[in-house]
Amino acid sequence: MADYKMHLLVCGGTGCKASESEQVRDNLLAEVEKHDLSDEVQVVTTGCFGFCEKGPIVKVVPDNTFYVQVRPEDASTIVMEHLIKGRKVTHLLYKDPESEEPISDSKHMDFYKKQVRIALRNCGFINPEAIDEYIARDGYAALAKCLGEMTPQEVIDEIKRSGQRGRGGGGFPTGLKWEITSKSVADQKYVVCNADEGDPGAFMDRSILEGDPHSVIEAMAICGYCTASTKGLVYIRAEYPLAIQRLKTAIKQAREYGLLGENIFGTSFSFDISLRYGAGAFVCGEETALIHSMEGLRGEPTFKPPFPSEAGYLGKPTTVNNVETLASIPVIINKGADFFNSIGTEKSKGTKVFALAGKINNVGLIEVPMGTTLREVIFDIGGGIKGGKKFKAVQTGGPSGGCLTNSFLDTPIDYDNLIAAGSMMGSGGMIVMDEDDCMVSIAKFYLEFTLDESCGKCTPCRIGNKRLYEILDKITKGLGNEEDLTRLRSLCKVIKDTSLCGLGQTSPNPILSTLDNFYDEYLAHVRDHRCPAGQCKSLVKYTIDKDKCTGCTLCFRNCPVGAITGEKRSVHYIDNAICIKCGVCYEKCKFDAISVS
Amino acid sequence: MNMINLTIDNRPVSVERGTTVLQAAAQIGIKIPSLCYMKLEDLNIENKPGGCRVCVVEVEGRRNLAPACCTDAAEGMVVLTHSMRAIHARRTVVELILSDHPTDCLKCAKAGNCDLQSMAQHLGIREIHYEGEQSTFREDTSPAIIRELDKCIRCRRCEMMCNEVQSVGALSAINRGFNAVISPAFEMNLDHSVCTYCGQCVAVCPTGALTEVDHTGAVIRALSNPDKTVIVQTAPAVRAALGEEFGAEPGTLVTGKLAAALRRLGFNYVFDTDFAADLTILEEGTELLNRLTAFLGGDKEVKLPMLTSCCPAWVKFFEHQFPDLKDIPSSARSPQQMFGAIAKSYFADKIGVNRKDLVVVSIMPCVAKKYECSREEFSVNGNPDVDFALTTRELAQLINLANIDFKSLPDEDFDHPLGESTGAGVIFGTTGGVIEAAVRTAYEVFTGKKLSRIDFTELRGMEGLRHATIDFDGLPIHIGIAHGLGNARKLLEDIQAGKSQFHAIEIMSCPGGCIGGGGQPYHHGNAEILKKRQMALYREDAGKPIRKSHENPYITKLYEEFLGSPMSEKAHHLLHTEYFDRSKK
Repeated sequence: MADYKMHLLVCGGTGCKASESEQVRDNLLAEVEKHDLSDEVQVVTTGCFGFCEKGPIVKVVPDNTFYVQVRPEDASTIVMEHLIKGRKVTHLLYKDPESEEPISDSKHMDFYKKQVRIALRNCGFINPEAIDEYIARDGYAALAKCLGEMTPQEVIDEIKRSGQRGRGGGGFPTGLKWEITSKSVADQKYVVCNADEGDPGAFMDRSILEGDPHSVIEAMAICGYCTASTKGLVYIRAEYPLAIQRLKTAIKQAREYGLLGENIFGTSFSFDISLRYGAGAFVCGEETALIHSMEGLRGEPTFKPPFPSEAGYLGKPTTVNNVETLASIPVIINKGADFFNSIGTEKSKGTKVFALAGKINNVGLIEVPMGTTLREVIFDIGGGIKGGKKFKAVQTGGPSGGCLTNSFLDTPIDYDNLIAAGSMMGSGGMIVMDEDDCMVSIAKFYLEFTLDESCGKCTPCRIGNKRLYEILDKITKGLGNEEDLTRLRSLCKVIKDTSLCGLGQTSPNPILSTLDNFYDEYLAHVRDHRCPAGQCKSLVKYTIDKDKCTGCTLCFRNCPVGAITGEKRSVHYIDNAICIKCGVCYEKCKFDAISVS
Repeated sequence: MNMINLTIDNRPVSVERGTTVLQAAAQIGIKIPSLCYMKLEDLNIENKPGGCRVCVVEVEGRRNLAPACCTDAAEGMVVLTHSMRAIHARRTVVELILSDHPTDCLKCAKAGNCDLQSMAQHLGIREIHYEGEQSTFREDTSPAIIRELDKCIRCRRCEMMCNEVQSVGALSAINRGFNAVISPAFEMNLDHSVCTYCGQCVAVCPTGALTEVDHTGAVIRALSNPDKTVIVQTAPAVRAALGEEFGAEPGTLVTGKLAAALRRLGFNYVFDTDFAADLTILEEGTELLNRLTAFLGGDKEVKLPMLTSCCPAWVKFFEHQFPDLKDIPSSARSPQQMFGAIAKSYFADKIGVNRKDLVVVSIMPCVAKKYECSREEFSVNGNPDVDFALTTRELAQLINLANIDFKSLPDEDFDHPLGESTGAGVIFGTTGGVIEAAVRTAYEVFTGKKLSRIDFTELRGMEGLRHATIDFDGLPIHIGIAHGLGNARKLLEDIQAGKSQFHAIEIMSCPGGCIGGGGQPYHHGNAEILKKRQMALYREDAGKPIRKSHENPYITKLYEEFLGSPMSEKAHHLLHTEYFDRSKK
């Protein structure tokens, strides 16, 4: 093996790939070859670095230079300047948004400073398709330790002591879940990895599987050992082709190394993993629905108990764990429960991955200790609101979470605090909204999602959510009244109280939390038929200020429906009967003459 | 016994472990309303999807409300079934269902028998607070069943019946969310699917979403046509259930009033399918004996066990699902079709009416009979042997239309010659009855001896799968019985695997046999009703002067005058049939 002096790590996550990171890699390879550096410099495709906002990312080690927004044509510059001449390519470095100073090493960037990476520890560091690289970073050491030195109960006790809770949203203690399966008596038990990530904007599971698939495989084998299960299944959505491919490669490699299959590490423990593909139904993230889907049945939740740990896949005891939960397991074993439970809050230990999205400067994937405040996440790591706008709310917990306002910014994030605040952890989606967002429309948007993704089995979710949506639709069209707000709240409560599964029980959360935190905005819609954020088209009226209009005709020329009339150098008018409220005139006007009301 | 103590509505109750809150409440007289939940005791049929959420109750210490139907009672549990919170939630849930339900109750086929309608009344719903878009599904009409899915409340009972009980697999949930509905795959029409028309979906549908095709209008038209001679046959199970439609206790036999009502409706001749049942026994019994004798004589080609073939849904089931076994069932037509064939030949000749001017109506406990009489092989030059098959429910409708006060009717007899029957014909209406009737005749024909006892109680019961061995004077005859197509499937799989030890097997599609047929008065989930109907048929049998089919004098006469002997060429032509491979290979 060549003794490389330098490595060029190119992000191969789905986001960066979409921005041509594969071409960047190919160009780097070609340049390296061209300059006859192939024996000294290795170009590696890694998993996601997390800083998706600035992708594609190329990291040079050992000096840890972090190049952002690298274009394929930058490859020659990087090789020539950095590798050959030893000069950093300044224009590709990240610039601190405040000081405008370039920062070379990612650990000095605000985005990374406060992060503690456990589940994401290998993402962006190793080639996910090379098992040796995983092993070089303590990979499979935890499995070896479990099989060689610990009894299954000792492993379970360690996990229990770590305080690890399910990262898929439920927050159920992982060790306890394993213990229940281990105590269930059956001729066959299963370990299932729930990789049916479905929250809009959340992509931590995908990133882990794309960037570090072996950590999940190792953890599944450990779980198999603890629960006396010999078969593992990964239920993964078919829309994650890259994650599927990397997982397949990793499973194949693990088998070749004897880390999956018969008599692992020469012990009597045997374990193997196969994949099951989901067709992209959000509700299949619910574990009973997921199991039914794997069984070839309609993906619908059923009443619990029995819990999967007692009677799951094919009626056999089944441990269902989320990807992120599993990815942390090897660290807990290697570094000990005390390491893990020293991080976090009293009831929520360790770290949590969040997917930052929406009106935030640093869109991406982050991992922070439990107990980090929303303010730290949004303003320090996330870099604040795009375009210097005002923060309005943050939606946590995916489509069924709640919208939290300014007053919650200093709340330490953990399972219980988020629920107390009227939202939830969910799988870690975090969507930030600014002053331009209409909260009624936001609630409607989330409800539209749950409406589409409801399986339709129980009445409150099937019909109730539809009725909620209709009421919201009415309000955003200016046809609502105050009575609608009462009906909305009342129906929300019944749906939460009576729905069969987590989807229905939480689907009204966006409405309830916006009703609680933005009641005035709802009132403006129903009382004054006004959308304060100017988002609800039916309630918006564009007018031209005749004192400011110069008659430049820009709005007139850009209006797609011919709603604007006026002669050159004379004041223009908007015919609101024709106007479709697209906002083009507002955006185009250079004289601030168009106002929204 | 492991007992659980809990409190429901401030009253203590002690129940066995595994009892649900719904059942526990029922034990102390608290009837928690439920819609989707349905249990047919002793038949091993339970629908418990926990989907409608009507039965939600408040459980102390629980975050949300609990569905009583699928929440097990737990030690120390404190349940409130009528707290403000529970009542409000329950009413809201029903209002939501109603908000997506047509309000055409006045002209709905299910009016008065609709569980949703009763529920709305029960909860005193006078206003729907959440009006909005309503489902608009395409109506689907098949030869026997109409699907009007706008009325579907997604209780999943039909799906459970079709899949778990019948193992037919024609109906399942499709689509998501508000558009989720129960349908054949790819929303195909029912008559393109593997549906057997057993009608068990109709029997359990709580609303008017699934109903039978209504032929009452056609029958009224035939009755008012002076050029037509209209005759009627009535199946055995009808007499044990029709009374329920007029307020009689389940299990009341109304044979005499039934004949009287049919006569008052204007049928020219009022006959009995029981007569044809006796005829079936002669044909089917002879076929069995022929196969048995050949088998005992060393014939390796002969097909055993022989399966009964009276049930049209069962016939369609094996045509779809087990076409490789289609030469195993008896070739004998069902009693309905034997009756039709004889009526439009022998009887038509007797009264000198052209078959085109003779209209044969049958009153059946069944919706599949509507399909059966439409099968092409049961017609002559496009003229069907049986023109219309009405369900027990449709007959009740006709009786009401004709202003007949059913309860005050006198008892009358059926007409001759096709109205005379034996006790053996009567028990065709229950599981185990056809094979018992066959045994009564086959034994005497085979052994040449008189039976010392007529009641074969070892063949009776409600177990889904039963078997018995009858001693044919030293020769043990092994008999299997299945009711419910899921149970039938098990026996068929044994046959396919070469593991079946039986000589003869009786199969009826509906749980309980025809007494539980898809065309019977709705049982609303009460299995006791089926048991009472069954007992009624055995009572009727016991009271009959003649109880063996081969002793029916009119059957003897029919063979003498017309058919010759059982399995004769003429009998073969008129009374036997063939089966088709309907599998989509």
